[in-house]
Amino acid sequence: MTAPAGPGPAELDRFPDRVADRVGRGARFCGLLAAPAADGTHLVAVLAEAGGLHTESAVVPDGCAGFPTLTARLAGATWYEREIHDLFGLEAIGHRNLDPLVLPLAPGSSRPWPGSGKPRDAVELDVAPLPPRLRGEGVFTIPYGPVRSGVFESVEYLVETPGEDIPSLRTRVFYKHRGIEARFEGMDAADGTLLAERTEGVASVAHAVAFAGAVERLAGVEVPEPAGLVRVVHAELERIANHLDSTIRHSEGAGQAVAFARLSLHKERLLRLRARLCGSRFGRGVVVPGGVSSGLGVPARELYAAIDQLQRDIRSDLRMLMATPSFLDRLRGTGVIPADLAQDYGALGPLGRGSGQSDDARLARPYAAYGRLGHQLFDPHPEGDALARQRVRIDEIEGAFHLIRQAVDRLEEVGGGAPWAVDVGDRVGGEAVGWAEAPQGEVFYFVTMDDGRLTRVKPRSASFHNLGLFHVAFPNDILTDFAFIEASFGLSIAGVAG
Amino acid sequence: MPWIPRGLREGIVTTPYPRRPDGYGRGFRAAVAVRPGPHDRSRVGAAATACPTDAIADGADGPRLDRGRCVLCGRCVALAPEAFELDADFETAGVAREALVVPALPESDAAVAAARAALHRRVRALRRSVHVRHVDAGSDGAVEWEVAALTNPVYDVHRLGIFFTASPRHADLLLATGVGAAGMLGPLRETYEVMPEPKVVIAAGVDAVGGGLVGRGYAAAGGVGDTVPVDVWLPGAPPSPFGLLSAILLAVGLLPGGGHGTARGAGA
Repeated sequence: MTAPAGPGPAELDRFPDRVADRVGRGARFCGLLAAPAADGTHLVAVLAEAGGLHTESAVVPDGCAGFPTLTARLAGATWYEREIHDLFGLEAIGHRNLDPLVLPLAPGSSRPWPGSGKPRDAVELDVAPLPPRLRGEGVFTIPYGPVRSGVFESVEYLVETPGEDIPSLRTRVFYKHRGIEARFEGMDAADGTLLAERTEGVASVAHAVAFAGAVERLAGVEVPEPAGLVRVVHAELERIANHLDSTIRHSEGAGQAVAFARLSLHKERLLRLRARLCGSRFGRGVVVPGGVSSGLGVPARELYAAIDQLQRDIRSDLRMLMATPSFLDRLRGTGVIPADLAQDYGALGPLGRGSGQSDDARLARPYAAYGRLGHQLFDPHPEGDALARQRVRIDEIEGAFHLIRQAVDRLEEVGGGAPWAVDVGDRVGGEAVGWAEAPQGEVFYFVTMDDGRLTRVKPRSASFHNLGLFHVAFPNDILTDFAFIEASFGLSIAGVAG
Repeated sequence: MPWIPRGLREGIVTTPYPRRPDGYGRGFRAAVAVRPGPHDRSRVGAAATACPTDAIADGADGPRLDRGRCVLCGRCVALAPEAFELDADFETAGVAREALVVPALPESDAAVAAARAALHRRVRALRRSVHVRHVDAGSDGAVEWEVAALTNPVYDVHRLGIFFTASPRHADLLLATGVGAAGMLGPLRETYEVMPEPKVVIAAGVDAVGGGLVGRGYAAAGGVGDTVPVDVWLPGAPPSPFGLLSAILLAVGLLPGGGHGTARGAGA
């Protein structure tokens, strides 16, 4: 943890260099956020370095309208600076496009300033249609969304096309902005965990683990080993469910009716298994600050049998799917993200790993009980297309089953049992970052607390980070590839819009 | 065509519900029920205080729990097990907002019966087939998985004449999810307005019903009820596919037994 630096515009001017220097020395830029404090607004860059996520911060003094942009040095900062502009009105000076991202406010509407604790009125939005960006013969605009054709989360993709190619795509994510960050204010750690589960509902476990990790770091407690193992089991089941979901959507798009039906059946059985373990099909209520609420609700013998059966069924159908040419043809060469771009931007999760990146928080920055378990290693898939991302997900499903078995084995050895959680106390205070590897990729929570109450919580889902790359994934692709590219990103808009 | 035998491998996996009850559900949290008294008032009080969404009120005639606020965290069950229990009965939808309060308020029975009768008169034309338009008005994303699951082979709602449609102009039933995010209030309202009569609206999930944990804020309306006229209120965080199916059936008057239209769960 870096100590907050003293105020002063000169120090603020050096901030982009300080962050970029650490990236130059091998850190990965994870995100940028703002946190109101007594001496001004803290600008906090989160960096992945050996052993954990660390911060580099500077103070924007009150009355100062902005800060120097990081985007000149760090491509990945683009969306973060737009978000800060939306939420706080602070301008990233030198940023090339500060169009609203999560909150397009009407003139005169006040900024929410999450973390300030101030009362807020309902905002007024200005959601005028975007003017066309391209001119040319026969170029027209297709607005996909916000109410989309099918059961989707609300988001708008504005495609401009001369007919087939997609030379321009703009993404508008603000439709379902719920003001989650401000909602955390004043909650205690237990309620905060429940809200973290709802920040990105399909990755409830990962979000709760990341949030609780920050609280546990503040409280200076270690989660008991059995609780860490239970977290692993639920988090890996969540990973399999999400990777199946992405594959199901690929199968549907490719007209693979039997694969679609069978994989949907496996996903349903998996969600039912999760409900048997904890009462919730999404693993909600499992993670509490300091540990878990209880052990696995199924005897180990039954759990092994259920896991074996699921893995056999899923593996067999995925093997067949990956030998079906009419499926592979739709993914091969589709939605290519080149490795150098993924590296510069810091692409996360299966998106990054399908473009030659290797970072995985479970291995690089172990949390829960991941440090005590053996991880299966797979051949890299650096091709960068939707097929590479599909292969990564299939490998990760195998790896997840492997981790679950080990975690259950180890739970049997150590005997589990109460207490499933250690007390984090009700006077926790300070600033910390917690993280987890969600199915979508790294999620982190920046948390500040004062006397047991949350003052500033910034969740950053992998969905937010990765969706910033979506518009560049169409170099050689046409309209009919859209569904595949979207499914191959495998993101949840709830985690993007905040 | 190696896929063909695979399609037959499992036999029939589709649920018998609603024709017959489905065995699935035990051990699964669908709702919190209030057990008959007497209750330990101090423990009920502790449960009410611990409830993250203030769903519990302790009155003179015992505690009442508003399922339209309950996020199923289970804290009350842990703190006052003699008063609250997790319930696997997924038919929790109600035809009036106050019908989600358990045990039922004495004055709500007649009102609920009237609302149910009026609704079913209005949507008689939809009984043979209903086309559903789902709109996410600020969900956490999980409920969309459960809505999508309705077309998987286990729930297979096509067998019941229930179809999802892309165009709101072809839709009879608006299935709204999420807290009513500021940016979605306009699109939600517009979707409702272009649907032809007769039309029916379900608020699906505790977020859509009453805001859930997100509640009311600078960009969250605390549910969709102020934006579109809700006919059926379905609790759950998120509601299960069975819960969603039972709410659709209740909305068009096809729930076996006519549907209670009011939440059960006043205890065994």
